[in-house]
Amino acid sequence: MRAAISIGCGLLLAALWAVPPMVANAAGDAAGSALLAEQCAGCHNLTGPAPDTVQAVRARKGPDLFYAGDKYRAEWLTEWLQKPTRIRPGGAFYGDHIVPSQATDKWDQIDTASLPDHPALSAPDARAVSAALMANTPYAERIATVTVEPVSLPIFMGDMLFDKFKGCIACHQSGKDYGGFSGPELYTAADRLNPRFIYSYMQNPQAWDPKIWMPNMNLAAADLNKLVRYLQMIAEEE
Amino acid sequence: MRRAQHTLFGLWAVLGLGIAWAEGAPVWAAEGDAANAELLYKTYCVQCHGATGKGNGINVRDMSVQPRDHTDAAGMVGLSDDRLFKAIKEGGPAVTKSVLMPPWAGVLTDEEVHGLVRHLRVLCACEGRG
Ligand code: HEC
Ligand code: HEC
Ligand code: HEC
Repeated sequence: MRAAISIGCGLLLAALWAVPPMVANAAGDAAGSALLAEQCAGCHNLTGPAPDTVQAVRARKGPDLFYAGDKYRAEWLTEWLQKPTRIRPGGAFYGDHIVPSQATDKWDQIDTASLPDHPALSAPDARAVSAALMANTPYAERIATVTVEPVSLPIFMGDMLFDKFKGCIACHQSGKDYGGFSGPELYTAADRLNPRFIYSYMQNPQAWDPKIWMPNMNLAAADLNKLVRYLQMIAEEE
Repeated sequence: MRRAQHTLFGLWAVLGLGIAWAEGAPVWAAEGDAANAELLYKTYCVQCHGATGKGNGINVRDMSVQPRDHTDAAGMVGLSDDRLFKAIKEGGPAVTKSVLMPPWAGVLTDEEVHGLVRHLRVLCACEGRG
């Protein structure tokens, strides 16, 4: 499977190489960019900068997409846009979807009925949009400086790190319906995201999104590498 | 020009800090500060501590340690303002508590953390002894 993907990527790269790149991009981007401006700009920030006030981050209707090319895996993007599924169990800003509990021994709940379904695209539109989005790489330099060191770790050590030592489980789900609700589910993160982005975001979330409600957990390089590996393992498991 | 602006900004910042340090916030600043602290609490803290501060946020179901009930005066009087400040800024382990209480220094300024300490005193309707 891995090999197939690698070969696929290789072929794709070769194909891109064969066509004069400027021409290929211009054609793909134009249709995709038009779609983005028409159907997506109302909810997604496509130009940057990221919101730099608490008010603005709370008012955001969808995740920022202006650095999509630094963040996503292109294949995932093309697929998801055709069949979007929920990633953030609490929506774009969880605070808009809370049903407060009056009792101390019961938790606040997410009002799932208030979470809208995401618009879906046809296959050709998804490909065009994906190509246009992947061309947004304002943080290419930051991403290029990240080196993810391959490590091997037993899954139970990963669980310990994620749940007990670093407390990520409070906000993130590491398996279907296990974990917190205010951050994106992470058992799909390795399918969705560039591993270098995962590393860089965990290292300093505010460098990507200055007012986001994920704290900087001061993670050392050794832990960052282990967590990247752990997210790959739980993605393969689910 | 840039430099002049920076110097000016620096002066204002120093002035602002001076005022914040003075005993009790001046009346004209207090209302805006309180509203801002409440907004911060509703953005960064309620996910675990709950919409009403009772320690029962949306995230708590699968957490092994329950967040502190900020409305519980009996428990909150035992924690000094300095202790609260340290817990918020540096996280649970800095005050020998759980890692599930994360450090907020990467998002919040010292001034904002002081604002949150004052907001916690509103929630518990108490002053810290300890
Ligand atoms: C009505 C508002 C709205 C519109 C219109 C909209 N989106 Fe979204 N989008 C959202 C929300 C909310 C999420 C977060 C969903 C989740 O996490 O479960 C999201 C998530 C995404 C994601 C995943 C982001 C991530 O980091 O997890 C992508 C990619 C995306 N949208 C692309 C698009 C594209 C392309 C369009 C236009 C065809 C579009 N969206 C139109 C609201 C919208
Ligand atoms: C207080 C809640 C909170 C804690 C604790 C927390 N996160 Fe997050 N995390 C978030 C939020 C919120 C986001 C970004 C949501 C968005 O972009 O809409 C996020 C984003 C991420 C992302 C990017 C995922 C994506 O889909 O874009 C990764 C990876 C991540 N966190 C890993 C971790 C790890 C590892 C830990 C523990 C060391 C951790 N987080 C602790 C709230 C939290
Ligand atoms: C990821 C979940 C989470 C978030 C988000 C969170 N807390 Fe906590 N907090 C906890 C937990 C769990 C405890 C209890 C720790 C213990 O008893 O070991 C706690 C304890 C505390 C305490 C008591 C510390 C002590 O000395 O006993 C204070 C004060 C506090 N939190 C304030 C805040 C403030 C203010 C915010 C928002 C800026 C916040 N917390 C956000 C989980 C969280």
